[in-house]
Amino acid sequence: MITLEHYLFLGAIIFTLGVLGIFLNKKNLIIILMSIELILLSVNINFISFSAYINDISGQIFAMLTLTVAAAEAAIGLAILVVFFRNLGSIEVNKINQLKG
Amino acid sequence: MVLYSLTFYLFSSVAVLSALMVISAKNPVHSVLFLILSFVNASGLFVLLGAEFLAMILVVVYVGAVAVLFLFVVMMLDINFVKLREGFLQYLPFGALLGIVLVIELGILFLTDRSSNIYNNQTPLQPIVNEVENTKMIGQILYTEYFYLFQICGIILLVAMIGSITLTLRDKGGVKRQNIDSQNTVDASKAIEKKKIKIGEGI
Repeated sequence: MITLEHYLFLGAIIFTLGVLGIFLNKKNLIIILMSIELILLSVNINFISFSAYINDISGQIFAMLTLTVAAAEAAIGLAILVVFFRNLGSIEVNKINQLKG
Repeated sequence: MVLYSLTFYLFSSVAVLSALMVISAKNPVHSVLFLILSFVNASGLFVLLGAEFLAMILVVVYVGAVAVLFLFVVMMLDINFVKLREGFLQYLPFGALLGIVLVIELGILFLTDRSSNIYNNQTPLQPIVNEVENTKMIGQILYTEYFYLFQICGIILLVAMIGSITLTLRDKGGVKRQNIDSQNTVDASKAIEKKKIKIGEGI
């Protein structure tokens, strides 16, 4: 019997893998962007499982909003990546210090 | 019900394993392909939960657009990926510790919630049962109750589109562009020059 908990655990595991990916691939900007996509996917799984749990369609609408934001974020992130590679010839994250933040 | 459980475990285990491969694959092209596998399995889980429209949107938007965009960028840029993996083993113990702590904390959260009376977890999760299908239900609520949200989604996508175009647009020197203002303000005295040429000589 598959309950809400199963889906929540699945979302938690995928979320953790996404966070782990950011930590492990500290230099590779592309893998970091993909890890963010994984985190947003786990959020979507939670939204949709709760939507089925409380028998309300609104959760799926918010999952759609998350999908939109994820697509926009990927597009802008990859555009920044391309510009960064064009200027420095590398995508190492620890070289991004031109703003001196 | 057994078939439902088997399908859930199949989809979720493949999704988790491919998510693990996304962050640990040596070649970023393989990472992108595993990301696609993970998203396809997640969309299978969405079908199990009765969200067919979102499952199809996930395949179309992620596999069709975002993952291909990633693949395009990975293949277009000539990046030395061996050098980028140098810190992987160095951060592995700390990262693994952090991941274990995070999973245990989330697990404790779910397990302690079971005893509370906020919600009863012991009912199997069923798709929303209604006489209209999923897509129609989403349409009925999206264009009425959540109409502003829908419009904001459009604005977010417009901003993302303009932002990525202006970021990557490069003005190369030596390209002649049409200048409509100077074309309109030109008059005959500046544009035409008369010269007297003697017969048999040329300019």
